Amino acid sequence: MNTATNMLNNATALQISPRLAKNIRRNFKERIIELILMLAALSAVFTTFAIVAILLYESFGFFKSVSLVEFFTGTQWTPLFEDAHYGIMPLIAGTLTTSFVALAVAVPVGTITAIYLSEFASHKTREITKPILELLVGVPTIAFGYFALLFVTPLLQKIFPELPGFNMLSAGLVMGVMIVPYIASVAEDAMRAVPMSMREGSYAMGATRFQTALRVVTPAATSGIVAAYILAISRAVGETMVVAVAAGQQPNLTFDPTEGAATITAYIVQVAMGDLPHASIGYQSIFAAGLVLFVMTLCFNILGHVVRKKYREQY
Amino acid sequence: MVNTSTPLKAESKDLNFYYANGHQALKSVSMPLYENKITALIGPSGCGKSTFLRCFNRMHDLYPGNKYEGQIVMHPDNTNVLAAGVDPIEVRMRISMVFQKPNPFPKTIFENVAYGLRVRDEKNKRVVADKVEEALKGAALWNEVKDRLNDLAFNLSGGQQQRLCIARALATDPEIMLFDEPTSALDPIATANIEELMSELKNKLTILVVTHNMQQAARVSDFTAYMYLGEMIEYGDTDVIFTRPTRKETEDYITGKFG
Repeated sequence: MNTATNMLNNATALQISPRLAKNIRRNFKERIIELILMLAALSAVFTTFAIVAILLYESFGFFKSVSLVEFFTGTQWTPLFEDAHYGIMPLIAGTLTTSFVALAVAVPVGTITAIYLSEFASHKTREITKPILELLVGVPTIAFGYFALLFVTPLLQKIFPELPGFNMLSAGLVMGVMIVPYIASVAEDAMRAVPMSMREGSYAMGATRFQTALRVVTPAATSGIVAAYILAISRAVGETMVVAVAAGQQPNLTFDPTEGAATITAYIVQVAMGDLPHASIGYQSIFAAGLVLFVMTLCFNILGHVVRKKYREQY
Repeated sequence: MVNTSTPLKAESKDLNFYYANGHQALKSVSMPLYENKITALIGPSGCGKSTFLRCFNRMHDLYPGNKYEGQIVMHPDNTNVLAAGVDPIEVRMRISMVFQKPNPFPKTIFENVAYGLRVRDEKNKRVVADKVEEALKGAALWNEVKDRLNDLAFNLSGGQQQRLCIARALATDPEIMLFDEPTSALDPIATANIEELMSELKNKLTILVVTHNMQQAARVSDFTAYMYLGEMIEYGDTDVIFTRPTRKETEDYITGKFG
């Protein structure tokens, strides 16, 4: 990056007439601006590194007392009990189950919404609908949590009478609704970026609107749509308040969404609300859990990057 | 001279066209389209030639608020393609189009050509494969791509992409093919290929082509129409238009004094 800029500077310096090239003050100013811009860009990078470093440092302390084998194969997570067990699997199961339920709602609904808004809705409908949809993003997640607990769960209990008050199904469903605008918005932007000439080509072949949307626009926007899904997965895996409130905080090794269970995030928020002494194993356990969460999100992001690269479109 | 024995394939009659903003882009345009002939539309930018071309397959329907008046009648069945009861999709099945910039779909070479058959729900794999091969041969592209039909269409060169778009338009056996400045994004060799292809295609179908390039109109077309400010100024045999135009405006444009 830097070398590229230097090369560019050199190249332009060669072409500029000597009368103009002598401007040292302008050069200096440019350098300062470049430096400020670089610092701004690096601040985010440094923050990320700092977070990773702290996660690693505290987790290291944790893993001095708990073996990796116990951490990944144990089926009980009770770090705060007298009889402490440190198996992360119940938390991972909770996280995956709630995320799966959420995505099962958000991916189809979000994609269909994006297709509708981009390809079918009139200009007026779109101008009204999109801001309302994006308003959903601004609703505090705690509100969604209580919506799940106090409205959706009683509703579901009418269909499934045995459903417990805290369950992953209700939390996942509401989380899915919460994520719909993310998918719809990003995917719609990707579809609208598909050039009109491509749509015209499809219509000129006698295709209908629906055929054009499904067979031409959607494949052309694949990389953007995948980006939307990845964003949604990261949101779902990292979501805290909805699951902490509505899914219960009892670690429970199950993939059955009709049961209650704690997710990684729910555990972190639960422990963080109590007052544990620093450097205690309970305190360190939230960093170990956080590290797992970080690695999970990282894996999804890398996967998304690979898929996007594969489907990068050259229109 | 207009050969009276040549059958009419289509004709526009007193065609007016208004864009959604109220601008009248075509003013009472009447023009015949003779079967198995190439008709070229020439004129300065903004004269309405592309607008006119896009009336034939009702491309303007894609954008709300556009309005047609008058008729474009197809022969021998006397269908007015602009009539309210006529389905634009039916029209586009009979009249296909090649665009200014090659616009292949994000699909394989094979699937690009098969697209028209797929949207018509052709399920028979044999039929699809045969039609695709035939269309690619018709577009003089078969020999270059027959070993990589499953490659993405974007990997082809610009000229190949444009021939792919012609193959795509050809695969559904249209009666008329519209070309909207088909070579303006191509280099001279690719342009020559496309022109040669057009001359071959006219044995099978009727061609209407918009071009900015006067030499191209003179080289490939049988009839030429000169348009200016939405009006049809002059229409006639290409040889006549380019050697003894009757209207002063046509002569000025062709000789480069104007436009």
